[in-house]
Formats: sequence, C-alpha cells, structure tokens
Amino acid sequence: MPTPPAPPPSASSALETGRRTGALAGGSPRIALLFLTPALLLMLVFLVYPTAYSLVRSLFDARGDEFVGLGNYATAFSDDRTLVALRNNVIWVVVAPTLVTSIGLVLAVLIEKVRWATAFRLVMFMPLAISLVASGIVFRLVYDEDPDRGLVNAVAVSVHDSFAHASPFPGVRPREGGGLVAAPDGSMVTTAQIGRDAVLALPLTGYDPADLPPRTSAAVPAEPGAGVRGLIWLDVGGADDRPGRLDAGERGMPGVAVEVLADDRVVATVTTGDDGRFTAPDLAPGSYALRLPASNFAEPFRGLTWLGPALITPVIISAWLWVMAGFAMTLIAAGLAAIPRDAQEAARVDGATEWQVFRRVTVPLLSPVLVVVLVTLVINVLKVFDLVFVIAPGSAQEEANVLALQMWQVSFGSGGGDQGLGSALAVLLFLLVGPAMLFNVRRFKAERS
Amino acid sequence: MRAFRIVPVATAAVVLAGCAAGTAPHSAPPGADVDLSGQTVEVAAVWADDEQASFERVLDEFERQTGAEVTYVSGGDELPTVLSTRLVGGAPPDVAIVSQPALVHSMAADGALVPLDAATDALITEQFGPVWKEWGTVEGTLYGFVFKATNKSTVWYDTEQLGEDFVPPADWDAFVDLLRTRSDLGGTPLSVGGADGWTLTDWFENVYLQTAGAQMYDKLAEHEIPWTDDSVRVAMETLGRAFQPQFMPGGRASALQTEFADSVVDVFGDDPKAEIVFEADFVAGVIAESTSATVGRDALFFPFPSIGDTSSVITGGDTVVALTDRPATAALVRFLASSQAAAIWVERGGFISPNREVALEGYPDETTRRIAEDLVNAQNPRFDMSDLMPTSLGATRGDGFWRAMQDYLADPARLPQILSDLEAEATAAYARR
Repeated sequence: MPTPPAPPPSASSALETGRRTGALAGGSPRIALLFLTPALLLMLVFLVYPTAYSLVRSLFDARGDEFVGLGNYATAFSDDRTLVALRNNVIWVVVAPTLVTSIGLVLAVLIEKVRWATAFRLVMFMPLAISLVASGIVFRLVYDEDPDRGLVNAVAVSVHDSFAHASPFPGVRPREGGGLVAAPDGSMVTTAQIGRDAVLALPLTGYDPADLPPRTSAAVPAEPGAGVRGLIWLDVGGADDRPGRLDAGERGMPGVAVEVLADDRVVATVTTGDDGRFTAPDLAPGSYALRLPASNFAEPFRGLTWLGPALITPVIISAWLWVMAGFAMTLIAAGLAAIPRDAQEAARVDGATEWQVFRRVTVPLLSPVLVVVLVTLVINVLKVFDLVFVIAPGSAQEEANVLALQMWQVSFGSGGGDQGLGSALAVLLFLLVGPAMLFNVRRFKAERS
Repeated sequence: MRAFRIVPVATAAVVLAGCAAGTAPHSAPPGADVDLSGQTVEVAAVWADDEQASFERVLDEFERQTGAEVTYVSGGDELPTVLSTRLVGGAPPDVAIVSQPALVHSMAADGALVPLDAATDALITEQFGPVWKEWGTVEGTLYGFVFKATNKSTVWYDTEQLGEDFVPPADWDAFVDLLRTRSDLGGTPLSVGGADGWTLTDWFENVYLQTAGAQMYDKLAEHEIPWTDDSVRVAMETLGRAFQPQFMPGGRASALQTEFADSVVDVFGDDPKAEIVFEADFVAGVIAESTSATVGRDALFFPFPSIGDTSSVITGGDTVVALTDRPATAALVRFLASSQAAAIWVERGGFISPNREVALEGYPDETTRRIAEDLVNAQNPRFDMSDLMPTSLGATRGDGFWRAMQDYLADPARLPQILSDLEAEATAAYARR
C-alpha cells in the first residue's frame, strides 16, 4: 500500500495536531493507559528497576548485607586499575568516534562516485555483521607477535628484510667468563684493557655449529707477534665441550668484524679468517679494547610487539575502526543521499574545486547526520568490552583495561566477585554515558519541534 | 582457578572401558549399598563433552546399584555463578563438584554446605592421604574431598628434538644446565606461556614449595607471612635462573605474548620453536588436540626438577561437596569417595584420582599411570596456591599474583618493587575476605 505523502508542515497543521491529541487525552485517559501499560511495565521491569537496584547495590559491600555508603566509590577511585580504565575510556572516546566518523565520511563521499557503489558498501558493512568477539579473535591473530602467525608482523618483516641485510651470526652471545661481555647496544666488548701486542682467545656461544658457513675450519689459537692477535671461536660442538676452553672439534667464527678501540675511538677494523683468527697490526703503544659490533650478531627483525603494554590500546581501537567504519559510512551515505544536490551543483558551476565543494558545502549540509553518528559512536565506545577482553593478552590486560571490562571483572570475573564495587563502576559508566544520551534526546526533541 | 580447561583425549581408553564395563563388582561399593529407588539426586560440575560422558558412566553405576535417578548439570566455567544463583534462589543442586577451594571455604562459612557423614569421613581417612582430608576441612569440619586431581608438576619435552639418549635432569641445577647447553647450541629450549599468568604462578609454586618447604608454603598461601619475605625472593631468584631470555624463543617479550596452548604447540607443533614446556598433566590434552605428536612416544614428561630432597607435587582438583541433607545425597557423596567410583573414570582416561586404593594398573597408559603415581606418592603434595587465595588476588587476568609473575618475567631487576606491590594488594585482598 503506498504511503500518502506527508502534508507540508505548516502552522495550521501543527495546530490541528495539537487539537487532536488534546481531544484524545481528554476523551479517554483509560484507553491511553491501557495502551501504555505493556510498554511501561516492560520499561519498569527491564530498565528502571535494574538501574535503581544497581544504584542501591553500589552502596552495599561485596556480600550485599552491609551498608557502606560511598565506600565502593572510594575503593574504585583509589584503585589503579579503575584509573587506568578511566584513562583508556577517555582515549577511546576522544580518538575512536572521531576517527571512525571521518573515515566513514570520506568513504561515503568517495564510494558515491564509483560505479559499483552498492557492492562496495556491502563489503564495508560486512564487519558489522560479525560478532565483536569473532572480530577480536581475528585481530588477535592479525597482530600476533610471531611473524609466522601474525599478518602485520609478517608484512613488516618481509618489508624490512628486503631493505636490510641479516647479520651473519644472529643470537650469538659471549661465553661467560671468556673475556667478552655484551653491551646494551648488542655489541660485545672485552672486559679488560689490552696492550698493543696482546694475544686473545675469545669464546662465543649460542649458535648451532651445523649452521656455520662451509668454509669454516677448525679453530687455531693465535700466535704471538706484532699487533693485537686473537681467535674468535664457537665454544660448542667440540668433543669435550668444556665451557671457555678450546676443545678438539670446535671451529672458528669466520667473517666477524672486530674493532680496536682506543678511548672509545675506533682505530682499526679487522675481520676474522676462516679459522676465526684476526690480526690488528701497526698499533701505537697504549692500551686498547676490542669491540665486536652488533651488526655481527643482531637477531633477525621480528616485527613489533603490537599486543604489548605500549601499543595495545591503539591496536584495539584499530580493530574497532575496522568493525564500525562501515556503520558510519552507511549512515553518512544515507544522509548524503538526502542533501539537496543543487547546492553542490551551484558551487561547481561557480568554479569551486571538489575539495572546496566537500569542505564548504557537503560537510556543513551533512553536519546533523555527522553529529548523530558521532554521538552514537561515543555511546557505543563507552561500552566497549569484548574487543578488549579478547585482543589483549593477559600480560597487557591491565594496560588495555576499560571501565566496562573492569566492571565485569570485579563483579563476575573468575568466580566469586564483588558486586557492590561492580555496581559502583556500572553507575560510574552510566554517569559517563549520561551526557551523550541527554544530548541525543535533546536533538531528537529539537528535530521533532 | 583455571581459565583453561582441556578435555583430555583418551582414544585407547574408550576401547578399554568398553571391555571393562562388563565386569561387575562382587559387592556393592560404599554408598551404593542402599536402596534409593524412586529418589532423585542432582549433581552439578564443570565437566562437559568427553568428561561429562565419563562422569555419567560413574553416575550410571550408582543408579544401577541403588535405583536412584541422578541428573547431571554441567555448569561449565561459570559453575560458581550458577551455584551462587541457585543458592540465593533456595534450590541448590544436591551435590556440587567445584574447582575452587576458596569457593568451598566461602560456601562452608555461609552455611550452604552439609558436613560429610561419619561413614564417608572414615572412608576418606582410610583411602586418602592426610593432606587431602585437610583440604576438605573447614574449621574442623569435613565438607568435601577431591574427586578428580591434577598433577601440576610435570615438565613435557619433545623426544625427537632432544634425541634418543636424553636423560631427564635429576635436579634444578641439572635442569638449568640442560637449558644452558641447549641454548649454547643456538636453540631456544624453554617455551613459557607468559601471556597467561597462571602458568607463571604454577612455576613459582613448584619452586617455592621446594626452596621454602611445605610449612612456609602453607603460611604464604594463608598470607601469614608477607610476600616481601626473604623466602619469596629466594624462590623468585631460583626461578629466574631458568627464566633467561636466551632460553626462550623470542626472549622475554615473546614469552609474555604466548598463551598456554601456543606454548605447547611451540614445542610439539610441526614447526617447533622450543623443546621443553612446563605445566600440568592437561598438557597431554593440548598435545593430542592441537598437534600431530603422540603422547607417550613423541611427547614425554619428567617430574618438576627437585631442589630440596623431599618429593613435592603441586596439585589442583575438583572437590565434591554436599548442599542438601538427604540420605540420597550422602549416599552419592560416599560412593564418589570410593575407589570403585574413581576406577570407572580412571579406565576411561583423562582422570587422576587422589584415592590411594585406586589400582595404578587401571590407568589406560604409561604416561597417565606415572602422573598418578607421582601424585599419590608425593611426600609433600600441596594445593595450587593461587587457587587458595582470594580470587581477586590469585585468579584475575592481568592483576594480582598473575600480573606480578608477568612483571617478574618481563624485568627481573624490578623484583623488590614487584613484591612490595604484590604485598600491598595481598593485604587488601585478604582483608576483604
């Protein structure tokens, strides 16, 4: 059945409406009540009562039989976890909705101009159809630290490796008590100062002897002579395997760069031969130190610890962005379809560039829709829970914490909970959502009048 | 509490149980020697799937002997919530089997539990080690017993990577030496599932029980000594000898990102990154479920390396408690305490009974038999400490004890700060209890 076109709003029709409602209200309040009762009852049972009960419950202790006044609120605000959760919620509210709305806006405007607009919209909207827990599991994998499992690090590693060369002996470390110590920058330095014609034997370890290059030969102690001479060898894989001693069968480490330092200044650089020996001749009298630069031993690049304490919140926000961008885009696209085209056309005729049209015409005309999307997202973001719970590993959960998750952890998490404190957090969350709700209600009212 | 429950797979066991089902006992087991025709009993536990099927076989036997009708309700990991809701509603199940000793204590303190009767008490005294009876006792009254136990002192290794002639380390020094030797050869032998805090607390508990002794362990679990006590520092530093970055694939940061199941797959998967992983007997379940390795051939275990000279085992378990005061309830509880009831599940696999009378021959394979033997014969079995703590301290993701262990793994140099923070949290948590 076709809907009759709505009459144009005018003073007379508004008056008419008012008269009609007035007549109905005056005529039969009993009928009005009859129609209202089911809705009121549902609201009372499912909304008003739980809210009121949470409020009351938040004033009682964990067991619920002792009145503690505002004690739970005091506990909440003296707990680091709540404060971190509050801080994260602020980050979420400030960053996430703005980001999603902007991306949704850009997508909506761009997709409008492509040919397969509907198909694109469908694809963009799809993540919203996936449950947040499932999305969380997907992103937990995408950001996994192990490049064999995590997509992002797999990409990062392959990009990195196509520009940087791998070190010859990744993971090698000095044998304890062998004369070398690891420096914080990954290089190794000699523990003692040496003379200009010292003879050294420096054992290294932490490398599979089977992985040494084929040209490697058995380690041979350096002969005394002119200049600093020494042997750098792999102290494993020998017949006896005595730590720190050169045993039969142990081999040198070829191609290791050795720097001779005088007062932290590099005076000579040499490389070990196939048997692990090196010689740095022609040194002036004085005392020196040796350094094996980190480039010999650097571990292969493994990507970033995305799910570690430092990056966890941005990472979870990016997952939320993936889910919600389609939602923002769809609403904004609907708004876009409704704005009068002639304004844009007029601007174009007047010689405005596309950017100027977007910036000065489209966005201002869309602003009511943008505000609605933004506020809806703010409300949505305050209750974010599942993504944080699923994506953050236990070791970073504290850093990723948000109020909704904290509330659940406190009241139900891992069995016996403190539902008094949990209710206090729920009330807190309610107070935070309050302004956004109020704003939305006011807008709806304003629109109706 | 374990956030992680694995259903142990017992392929051979199912076949075995099929053969064994025909052999009826000569006389009715304790608790099943009464006529309860027409009566109903309701049991609630965490078990689902395979475990539920095995437990129902145990219940079937009770039904067959007594004529009672037993209903099983699986509460899953939410069992504590299910129980507390039903208690508030005034309709609790007759029998509950809970994994949290702390929950047993709080329910007993609230008067929700019915003490075990004299006959069951005598049965437990006779067939269980004294420590097990102590755990079911609250303020001098026996309320429950552990029906299904876990051995949390097993170190699993990949036989293929460690070679034919690998000899398990005799003590902690040898264990650390083993890790060092393997890492000297360029390997990263030790897989640590540090993203889950409970794996790390299990490490600590095993070390602490041995370096500080059982009495100190009990005191620390009850918070009678502070976490800043010197014995804690000693245990942490002992543990720190094994928690070296060069022993773990990817170092400390990666260990903190590795969840328990992944830490097992990292050892027994197709592309192994490590050779050894420590956790409880349910590692066998993960191996069977998530890798192509075979427990007993590719995957073997050795007991947690000893540090002192007493054999110690950290255990956990599911405790049977009665919530109603009815003859049928008491009969079922007594039946579950008996070795005959345990033997039914033992044969099906994936089950360890702390009951001494259960014949070790009944276990379906060599690995399970040795795990059970270590557990039953240990001189110093102790319950998992984090399970004995208030949950806010001992079982909360990213907080309390779990978090402290993760912080220690991340940066051992911060130990004094970590322990004093943990002590402050513990003081608050025990005060709320």
